[in-house]
Amino acid sequence: MNSGHRQNLQGYSFLMPALLTIMIFTLIPIVYAFFMMFFKVDLLSGTRTFVGFDNFSKIFSDPKFWAAFENTWKYVLVVVPIQTIIAMILAALLNSKVHFSRAFLSVMFIPTLTSSSAMTLIFMWLFNNNGFIVNLYDSLFGSRIQFLTNPDLALAVIMTMNIFSTVPHFMIVFLSGLQDIPGSLYEAAAIDGANKVKQFLYVTVPQLMPITFYVVTMGLVGCFQIFDQAFIMSNGTGGPQNSTLTFSLYIYQLAFNSNDMGRATALAFILGLLIFTVTSIVNKLLNADKING
Amino acid sequence: MGDEIMKKENKTLKIIIYILLIGYSLLTLFPFAWSILTSFKTTAEIVGGNSILPEQWSLDGYQTVFSSQFPTWIGNSLIVGIIVTVLNLVFNTMAGYALARIDFRGKNVLFGLLLLLIMIPSQVTMIPLYIVISNLGLIDTHGSLIFTTMINISYIFMMRQFFINFPKDVEEAATIDGLSRLGTFFKVVLPNAKGAVATQAVFVFMGIWNEFMKPLLFISSPDKYMLTQGLNAISKQYMNATKWDVIMSGAIISIIPILIIYILLNKYFITSNDQTAGIK
Repeated sequence: MNSGHRQNLQGYSFLMPALLTIMIFTLIPIVYAFFMMFFKVDLLSGTRTFVGFDNFSKIFSDPKFWAAFENTWKYVLVVVPIQTIIAMILAALLNSKVHFSRAFLSVMFIPTLTSSSAMTLIFMWLFNNNGFIVNLYDSLFGSRIQFLTNPDLALAVIMTMNIFSTVPHFMIVFLSGLQDIPGSLYEAAAIDGANKVKQFLYVTVPQLMPITFYVVTMGLVGCFQIFDQAFIMSNGTGGPQNSTLTFSLYIYQLAFNSNDMGRATALAFILGLLIFTVTSIVNKLLNADKING
Repeated sequence: MGDEIMKKENKTLKIIIYILLIGYSLLTLFPFAWSILTSFKTTAEIVGGNSILPEQWSLDGYQTVFSSQFPTWIGNSLIVGIIVTVLNLVFNTMAGYALARIDFRGKNVLFGLLLLLIMIPSQVTMIPLYIVISNLGLIDTHGSLIFTTMINISYIFMMRQFFINFPKDVEEAATIDGLSRLGTFFKVVLPNAKGAVATQAVFVFMGIWNEFMKPLLFISSPDKYMLTQGLNAISKQYMNATKWDVIMSGAIISIIPILIIYILLNKYFITSNDQTAGIK
């Protein structure tokens, strides 16, 4: 056996477990998805009927779809900028030669370790009609707000929770990026008379641009896919009044409550396309900034 | 003069920085502290009061949790978590190593394909995956969770980046000593990749321990529930009775194992994040 063949054999045998798993549990489902979205699939009776673009037209004329669309967008537009900015500022604070930075970091990281189900229950307890936040607000302003049953506020509680638990993760990503910024840049800025705040705005922020791109992208992808928190809080319904119905939750409902797997897959495809488009646009915008600045 | 002002400015700034950091740390700790305190209260006190500390420290919540199926769920999550973590470590590391170090035909095409697959959101494959799992007869088995999570393309990617910078002479020495490629990998390469492997271990274990959607789709018998699912079941059972002491006891217990692993592997955890960030 010559060395080229041996390399091929070695390469593929090392990759074999990964390739097999990806083939069965990722590639086959993807191919299957492309086929399913044009069919009406009933898993219980085992029937499949070709319906063309019917699944898509049904989705676009479905008010629940538009509710999920609106909620998911609201969610993304509020959560992504806020969590990115807080993470960046906290990272810069931790990086400014403070004592106990390690201890701060360890404490702040706890929410990222916590499972979405435990975190959701903790937040539900805080915002419950009998919970701490409601009681606190009552004693300060004399009125009791029902966060979890109010359609205008339920989504905001999930947003807060998501920011709370994602910030630490991105903070660490920013922190490692900050350590790559050469100190000479800050010295030069200091000689020019820039104070710390100006140094942050004119040195740190532009230098962190590639990391920010990574954080925004990961944030977008994560927010568009939000499921666990909405499912647990609304007990799978997306209520009150569809106010916590997200794309992923609606996909789940279509597939497992309405037993309409074809339409659910079509909706998942729309979500995938949406994520891809938005990420590419953000990529273009941030890269353009990078070249100009 | 200018220096004086600057120094004073810096000192004020330092104070502001500490206030912000301490403030955010307290904000982080508060929900957890509040939940721990709640878990030690009696249900009557939770319904009735505004007290901060429990007036009467009670272990009722924990007793209720432990007399339910909670211990079984912890066991399920531990077993599945450990199996998945070990498989991921071996498979992802092997794949990453091959992509970085072995010159086989079609390597670049394969690597490009893997990168493409990372970008596809899990929702797209969720329903067809459910059908595949059900055709394989894996519905309501822990196998469904293990098989679908035993490799992770992101960590294959991470390990590839790691091995690209790994010194070649270590392997060459082992090959001269007559070790096969697989022998070299397990005896020489793997022990030298401790940091990257430890990072992967924390992330993979955390991922499966905290996973909610897959168990929800695949597992239906309560005795096979994963902990996240069980927690949700407990909360449904006790929320209407406002037994938040029980729910919070469960939530707090569910955090402890992952916290222990984090504390043990903390050192590696943060350095490795540099690598994930380095990928951009």
